[in-house]
Amino acid sequence: MLEVAGLQVHYGGIAAVKGIDLHVAAGEKVALIGANGAGKTSTLKAIARMLPARGSVKLQGEDIAHAAPHALVRRGLALVPEGRGVFARLSVLENLEMGAYSRTDRAQILADIERVFALLPRLKERATQTAGTLSGGEQQMVAIGRALMSRPRILLLDEPSMGLSPIMVDTVFDVIREVAREGVTLLLVEQNARLALSLCDRGYVMDSGRVTLEAPSAALLDNPAVRAAYLGE
Amino acid sequence: MSATNARLKSRLGIALIAVALAVLPFVVGAGFGNSWVRIIDFALLYIMLALGLNIVVGFAGLLDLGYIAFYAVGAYLYALLSSPHLAQAFPALFAAAPGWPVWLVLPLGAGLAGLCGVLLGTPTLKLRGDYLAIVTLGFGEIIRIFLNNLNAPANITNGPQGINNIAAVHIGGHALNRPLELFGIVLPGVHLHYYFFLALTLLVIFVCVRLQDSRLGRAWVAIREDEVAARACGINTRNVKLLAFGLGATFGGVAGGLFASFQGFVSPESFGLLESIMVLCMVVLGGMGHIPGVILGAVLLALLPEALRWGAVPMQQSLFGKVLIDPESLRLLLFGVALVLVMRWRPEGLWPSALRRRELSTHAADGA
Repeated sequence: MLEVAGLQVHYGGIAAVKGIDLHVAAGEKVALIGANGAGKTSTLKAIARMLPARGSVKLQGEDIAHAAPHALVRRGLALVPEGRGVFARLSVLENLEMGAYSRTDRAQILADIERVFALLPRLKERATQTAGTLSGGEQQMVAIGRALMSRPRILLLDEPSMGLSPIMVDTVFDVIREVAREGVTLLLVEQNARLALSLCDRGYVMDSGRVTLEAPSAALLDNPAVRAAYLGE
Repeated sequence: MSATNARLKSRLGIALIAVALAVLPFVVGAGFGNSWVRIIDFALLYIMLALGLNIVVGFAGLLDLGYIAFYAVGAYLYALLSSPHLAQAFPALFAAAPGWPVWLVLPLGAGLAGLCGVLLGTPTLKLRGDYLAIVTLGFGEIIRIFLNNLNAPANITNGPQGINNIAAVHIGGHALNRPLELFGIVLPGVHLHYYFFLALTLLVIFVCVRLQDSRLGRAWVAIREDEVAARACGINTRNVKLLAFGLGATFGGVAGGLFASFQGFVSPESFGLLESIMVLCMVVLGGMGHIPGVILGAVLLALLPEALRWGAVPMQQSLFGKVLIDPESLRLLLFGVALVLVMRWRPEGLWPSALRRRELSTHAADGA
């Protein structure tokens, strides 16, 4: 589904991502974990073409390293940005409709809104409320719901647990699990390594702009180095 | 039953407004004199300008302080194509004024202004807020200074003296600045201009309403609210911004052409920074992003100063026996006070859209 090779991101003279390779198979759930400043978000943004980057990125075998970010949505790649990034002054429903901007099949869009509401019943209750007045977890749900409205084949999630209460984190991760069950491929960036690995099939560990480890989740959870560095043991 | 009633009511309302707009110049002309009809003509031009700027500032949320430059572009293009200036300055190239018909010159001015809008938009794509405001302000001044100085080496704009003898709009062989007798009623030039401007204003309003409800309108809302999220929704933020600049400028170009034809004279003086700010005030005061509000703002700011100028002298004479403050300076003073009061008590504008009201009340809640 997604193949990344030699990806590099620079901010001015500072290298944030120093040439990483990763791949995500169709239907797979992959985690990208690591400490603050390891380059996880930069990697995700570079894949979604929100940042200028070097290296090759292929989506379903096609090179997208030079595609425009808006065109990727149409090709089935959706990003849930860090810090949620909902349209705070628009209603929940308007947010979802905006998520379907790249589509023109009106009837199908309405059906998809109902589908998102079924998946996220909390949003249905709040449909007419402005997104900015919702709690952090509800806003995260709006962001996920909005991304789903573009009917993505692969969903990139940037720290969905950020700033949420533990109970809300569980709720949001249940939703993500549900999304994956419907066949959406996931690439999940998380600081909360245990949570991410419990959801995903496989994980990459990033440190100072490089991938230092790659293994199935179970193996990473058992790895003494990972346990010491990221699981707090 | 009630639905048909409501439809009947709204039809009746539209009919009443149409009749009111149709007889307005006669009522005003009879009551206050034809100079006031002229002022209303200018108010219509300001409505077009404000609606154009509203696309950029209100819909797309891009603060533009140089909008009057597009008005200038439209005005000068009309002036050059409809006056003997080019023939006098370049006798070798032009035997006489081109004198092209208005339905060709106006769209040409609109197109050129739109192109200028896109040209201004291109280098500013990554700028927002204050930075964008500064660049657009600079652009507005550049155009004005160009117009001021392009009389040498080749005399294109005739410099600070401006261009005069601009022909009025001709429709069906009749010049709009000459009275027309129709069914025994004599319509003076200002009335004819009124109807012509009114028709174009209604067209501009129609286009604005359609744009607001369109896919493009929704994309503008998205980039105004959050550009990163807009991109994540699959919106081509670059094109959408350029379209906002281009379409907004197009309206300015049309209004500029009409201005030149109506005045018969253009000079760089008419296109200063203060004019840009005036149009911006109309948008902000009326209610950013809300078409009826912007129209209200434009009408108020175009008419109120004239009303003050008209009322200030007799009032001061009856109160103090002489004129203490010159009406022109009083006008600016009162204008400033009114702006401060409105921004203090109605920051969302006099007639805001539901969305904008929501935004500002959320802000107030955040601040509390």
